[in-house]
Amino acid sequence: MLSYILRRIVATLPVMAIVALFVFSLLYIAPGDPAVVIAGDQASPEDVERIRQSLGLDRPFLVQFGSWVWRILHGDLGTSIFTNLPVSAMIGQRLGPTLSLMIVTLLLTIVVAVPLGVVAAWKAGSLIDRVIMGFAVFGFSLPVFVVGYMLAYIFALELEWLPVQGYTPLSSGFWPWLENLILPAIALGCVYIALVARITRAAMLEVLQQDYIRTAKAKGLGQGGILFIHALKNAAVPIVTVIGIGIALLIGGAVVTESVFAIPGLGRLTIDAILRRDYPVIQGIVLLFSFVYVLVNLMIDVIYTLVDPRIRY
Amino acid sequence: MDRRTVLKGLAGAGGLALTGLSAPAIAQGASARTLRFVPQANLANFDPIWGTQYVVRNAAALVWDTLYGIDSSLQPQRQMVESEETTDDGKTWTFKLRPGLKFHDGEPVLAKDVVASLSRWAARDPMGLMIIAIQQELTAVDDRTFKWVLKQPFPKMLYALAKNNAPCSFIMPERIAKTDPFKQITEYVGSGPMKFAKGEWVPGAKAVFEKFTDYVPRQEKASWLAGGKQIMVDRVEWIVMPDPATAAAALQNGEVDWWENPIADLVPVLKKNKNISVDIGDPLGNIGSFRMNHLFAPFNDVRARRAVLMALSQEDYMRAIVGDDDALWKPLPGFFTPDTPVYNELGGDILKGKRDLDAAKKLLAESGYSGQPVTCLVAQDQPITKAQGDVTADLLKKLGMNVDFVATDWGTVGSRRAAKTPPGQGGWNMFHSWHAGADCITPAAYTAIRANGDKAWFGWPNSPNTEKEITGWFEAKSVDEEKAAIGRVNKAAIEDVVYAPTGFFLTYTAWRKNVSGIAKGPLPFFWGVSKSA
Repeated sequence: MLSYILRRIVATLPVMAIVALFVFSLLYIAPGDPAVVIAGDQASPEDVERIRQSLGLDRPFLVQFGSWVWRILHGDLGTSIFTNLPVSAMIGQRLGPTLSLMIVTLLLTIVVAVPLGVVAAWKAGSLIDRVIMGFAVFGFSLPVFVVGYMLAYIFALELEWLPVQGYTPLSSGFWPWLENLILPAIALGCVYIALVARITRAAMLEVLQQDYIRTAKAKGLGQGGILFIHALKNAAVPIVTVIGIGIALLIGGAVVTESVFAIPGLGRLTIDAILRRDYPVIQGIVLLFSFVYVLVNLMIDVIYTLVDPRIRY
Repeated sequence: MDRRTVLKGLAGAGGLALTGLSAPAIAQGASARTLRFVPQANLANFDPIWGTQYVVRNAAALVWDTLYGIDSSLQPQRQMVESEETTDDGKTWTFKLRPGLKFHDGEPVLAKDVVASLSRWAARDPMGLMIIAIQQELTAVDDRTFKWVLKQPFPKMLYALAKNNAPCSFIMPERIAKTDPFKQITEYVGSGPMKFAKGEWVPGAKAVFEKFTDYVPRQEKASWLAGGKQIMVDRVEWIVMPDPATAAAALQNGEVDWWENPIADLVPVLKKNKNISVDIGDPLGNIGSFRMNHLFAPFNDVRARRAVLMALSQEDYMRAIVGDDDALWKPLPGFFTPDTPVYNELGGDILKGKRDLDAAKKLLAESGYSGQPVTCLVAQDQPITKAQGDVTADLLKKLGMNVDFVATDWGTVGSRRAAKTPPGQGGWNMFHSWHAGADCITPAAYTAIRANGDKAWFGWPNSPNTEKEITGWFEAKSVDEEKAAIGRVNKAAIEDVVYAPTGFFLTYTAWRKNVSGIAKGPLPFFWGVSKSA
């Protein structure tokens, strides 16, 4: 197992290298020039050129790429063109809010979606099943920003239970941290809950047809035990897979959610960097996200072996 | 239903629901000594000389002071300077600093700091460059006195040092001011009324300013960048909110105190809330514009440019930008900011009255236009340029032009507009923008009005008459002379269609009613602003 994990980690290196080359090339050929944005409307073409030179943007592609890779290999993600702050520091500032949002959303999803999917499968074809799946379709169809605005209206403006926007670090207390995350996590989690609930239902339906479930019922086991111990464990592989894949969905959704709820996370940093053509920041974030994604896939593979002992690497 | 409609509806409903409610939300309760402000944009960098964005200028005005400050009557007033003298020939200026000026690190402000700061500023500022071109020497005479010797008189010296147009001539410690003007500073030490809390800065999200207790304000009443800059709170927090509906909700909920630029769609909602005041923020407003590329057909022919002016309806443009609120716009038969001392609309007839589409079509035909594509760059991520772009596309089609509508983002427009290649080869025929009215009062900081060909702003208009009259303004010695010169500039620029003005528009600002002392002006002034619990 350990050798498998090591092999997988080593295998991520070429993936990361390809991602790095792709991102760098894409940014190089994309239109837009950060020097123009920095120089402002009053600047002359000579001013813009001087800024471009001072940023090293006038150097050939391969030189720029080589210098960037060299820095990355030394653990240096570079410096933001606009803020003059290290990219690693900027990512560090934003990591907490995004991680918090994703963890709360993930927990909320698992707590809500898995039981919903199990119950829908158990009551397949009934009114309960149709209601749950109806909610799932609804949740899947609603854009994150619409859910966000509705939640903010009801729970912040109308009921005044929760704040409209912002983020408080966990170090300031659990409740202040959580109260800022409840609405964004629900907004972001809607699609995710719908997806996981549907997959759970489908996986459970298949498992519930198996002979050993019939045997368990014949033995007189309780419904809860059959559903959550025997059936759910055997349906876990596709559920775990979709939860893992869904993390990519969360990263995309976080961009919108963080904007709607003014959370200073990585999603907003990404958008700001793209609009301004802050290349080092974009490159740093994309590398981070690709690394996280590869890591999540690795974790899923490891979890497979825990939920299904038949799987061996 | 699009996103904008949804947010407007929900914010509106929220506003109605909140009318009459004053109970604080759970999240409220910030100290009355902290003012929470939503700025127009993200403070992405903090070097007001290196980066000339308005938001940087606005934040910098808290941290760095200037030698002179422009007041609400657009006159330069002494700020850090105690006195100044000029020789009879107008070539030598000697300035003396006020006593007791201190930087945030406790060091005194000395003449050598001023010399270094002015040198760095002048390298990046259009007026500063004009001064450098005639400069003989800029030297510190003693700790509080410095001298600027010129080869020829520069009557607008005090205006140059006082103006609010970016970059302003902010004074920094010599060690910081010696930074290459094309490289960013890394220390944010000023002598202004507030200190920048660098440790709390999260670019894109938050910037914090703390009261500088050693600041010695002038005794005069504050007026824009002039007078006594009395800070009434301990702390000002800038909270960046990219989503206007969120900012509106946060203001209604009492989570923020002042929103610099509410979008027109949400203003009716805010006006209905009894806890919120809404008013015009900057009476100098903005001038909408689109620029035509003078280098390539069809707009290299002045008749084609005039045809467009003859046909365009400024009302269409303004309504597209500000909606139905008539208090927010007015027609502008010229290039200069209305309701200012030297405003003049001489020669603006072509933009007045009923639009004559037939005459415009005839003139366009005379210019030799034969249906070639007109590449029109429109940034979709900026509501003002998007709205103008849609109107222009319609206008050009009505004129019988073949529109190549390039929907893109502002970053791409900013880059592509610099290309002097033909439109079919990466160049362009027209793009949209807008200019702060504060920059368009006179030609001093008005890059867009310049018509010196290759050296002019994008579109590269070449109008010797316009340039001659601009020089006349710089040489004017009285307000009457300036006003007459502005009239001549306006006339010449319209005749040659340096660019197309699409109208004058204003924007609102909104604040909680427990905040007082907010002044109208071209930037948010925090001095004199107080907050009750």
